[in-house]
Amino acid sequence: MSIYTDAKYMDVPYEEKLKLFKEVKDDMRYDHNLYGCYECGICVAACPSARFYDFSPRVFAQIMAREDVDTFYELLNDNVWDCSQCYSCTRCPRQNNPGGIILMMRDAAVRAGLQSAKDALRAYSRIIYKVMSTGTQVAPDMLQPDFFPDWGTDVKAVAENLDVWRRAIPPETLHTTELAWDVSEKTRLELYMIWKLTGNLELIEGIDEGIYMILEEVMEELLDDNGYDIDDFENILED
Amino acid sequence: MSVTTQAPAVHTESKVPLKEFVRKGEPPTEDYREKLFELEAKGELEVQRVPEPIMEVETKYGRKKKIPVEHTWHHKSCGQCGHIPGYSTSIFWLHRQFGLDYFDPKDQSSCTAWNYYASSTSNSAAQAAIAVRNFAQAKLDGYFPLIHCGTSFGHYKETREEIIHHPELRDQVRRIMDRLKMPFVFPEEIVHYSEWIHAMRHRIAERQTLDFSNIVSTVHPACHYHKLVVEDAIYDRELYDGQRTAIVTGLVEALGAKAADYSTWHDCCGFGFRHILVSRDFSRSFATIRKIERMKEEADPDVTITHDTGCVTTLDKSQFAAQAHGRNVGIPVLSDAQFAALAMGAHPYNVCQLHWHGVDNKPLLEKMGIDHKKAWEEFETIAERIESGELDFMTWEDADVK
Repeated sequence: MSIYTDAKYMDVPYEEKLKLFKEVKDDMRYDHNLYGCYECGICVAACPSARFYDFSPRVFAQIMAREDVDTFYELLNDNVWDCSQCYSCTRCPRQNNPGGIILMMRDAAVRAGLQSAKDALRAYSRIIYKVMSTGTQVAPDMLQPDFFPDWGTDVKAVAENLDVWRRAIPPETLHTTELAWDVSEKTRLELYMIWKLTGNLELIEGIDEGIYMILEEVMEELLDDNGYDIDDFENILED
Repeated sequence: MSVTTQAPAVHTESKVPLKEFVRKGEPPTEDYREKLFELEAKGELEVQRVPEPIMEVETKYGRKKKIPVEHTWHHKSCGQCGHIPGYSTSIFWLHRQFGLDYFDPKDQSSCTAWNYYASSTSNSAAQAAIAVRNFAQAKLDGYFPLIHCGTSFGHYKETREEIIHHPELRDQVRRIMDRLKMPFVFPEEIVHYSEWIHAMRHRIAERQTLDFSNIVSTVHPACHYHKLVVEDAIYDRELYDGQRTAIVTGLVEALGAKAADYSTWHDCCGFGFRHILVSRDFSRSFATIRKIERMKEEADPDVTITHDTGCVTTLDKSQFAAQAHGRNVGIPVLSDAQFAALAMGAHPYNVCQLHWHGVDNKPLLEKMGIDHKKAWEEFETIAERIESGELDFMTWEDADVK
């Protein structure tokens, strides 16, 4: 039972929260990310997210150190996606890595398919599709005025002249519009094998089933074209 | 409230007798190279050595780091290649100007770490396998990895720590690489391109054709360069008395420009990974209020120079909308590679591709002595020839039109 009278998520069974808490504590990176907390606030002073959100990297270190499972679950749902992942908080005099703790918590939230994680990533799904299917995260054709209206008039100029301007770049690998660079088929094939062997494709199923289905189809086709069966690539992490 | 209008130089005269601190103790962190060589001796993985000739630089705790001069495998950056193509092009152009051997591979994936830091839709095993697959391909191609992206650089350093310390992760990576029929290779050093520029800065200055002595620049160091695995970043006692990373500032000073200081130097740019794509109100607010406005008020620079994908994007693109709110913005943002290339006479549009940037950089080009109108006409002439079908694309020879 939480010590806070205004605690949220009290309808969620404690065992469910504890399971996720243990997942984070069992992460192989945990021992290198948390050594205790002086509560000095240096991490908060250095944190960009703390300046614009109701967010504190110190709270993450404290809650994990105190093993406050209820508050952990609240942070997991309400705060974890505000972090900028810049690691300015590694200025910690106890060598804590609050950004690293948050990354492990996000991992747990995604694995569990929490609704808060789905909400946080809803607008982001197209990026997941891009990086998993092509091996590059962003592409020139993403520069569209309706997607980046706040980035200025050069975005419109780029969009209007995209094909010609991409070919007006000297390195041959950059004459692309749908990829950041010309990624070979072999690279994509091997990347798909890695996603399958590490359970990453299935991970997407729990977050966005639509993107998962498209990704599986794209991967299955390329693997099949190269004489591989997608089902032969089991998740080796489950061994 | 007083506002500083003159930029304080990096090297200010001390008001007290100089007492130089000399570090005597051993570095507080393990030497990752020793650990890698131990794993290699046990037959667990293969360590790719930095090829000769090498340049030595000093890192945070006094260790020497090897930087290859050439024979480099260019691990490109999604954000640079996709949205700031003059960034990558300038890196290649610099290599070509010095006649150095390099390889620009197609068989290279992104590190995918931008996505991982943004969405957590991956795991340590996949991230390590992707790193090792790229490193193995570099080895098979006969070149040494030179990492263009600051996040790839930082993430690969984290991955190195995880591989060194977790035998179960090494086992997973080994099994994956076996399925891919590729070797388990890790490089002796993980080298960021800006470290190559830092080590080459005096050679770059020797080839400088433009006078930058009237240029004032602020510097933004990338978080994932010097805050992730902090000991593996370049520090130099001649710059900031060795108290901050020397990266970028070393180049700015070597080119004769003034590196002006400001109070939020250590702050992040506001990129945020997820935020820059889907929560840009945060990125924009932080970039303008905590970085650009501080630079304007305290240093009033002609340009700010940084060395990572996300930093260039965030600091540059965030300034447009901020004008609607009457914010004190308007600083051109360049990478160190573009700044160095311009100093050596690179074409501002054919090579540095400055038309992909948001903030008006024409006043900067004029101060550098560059005829931007003529340069834009030259670019447009080539673009028209491409559009008409006369040219397939711009060659390196086309780019260096005189």
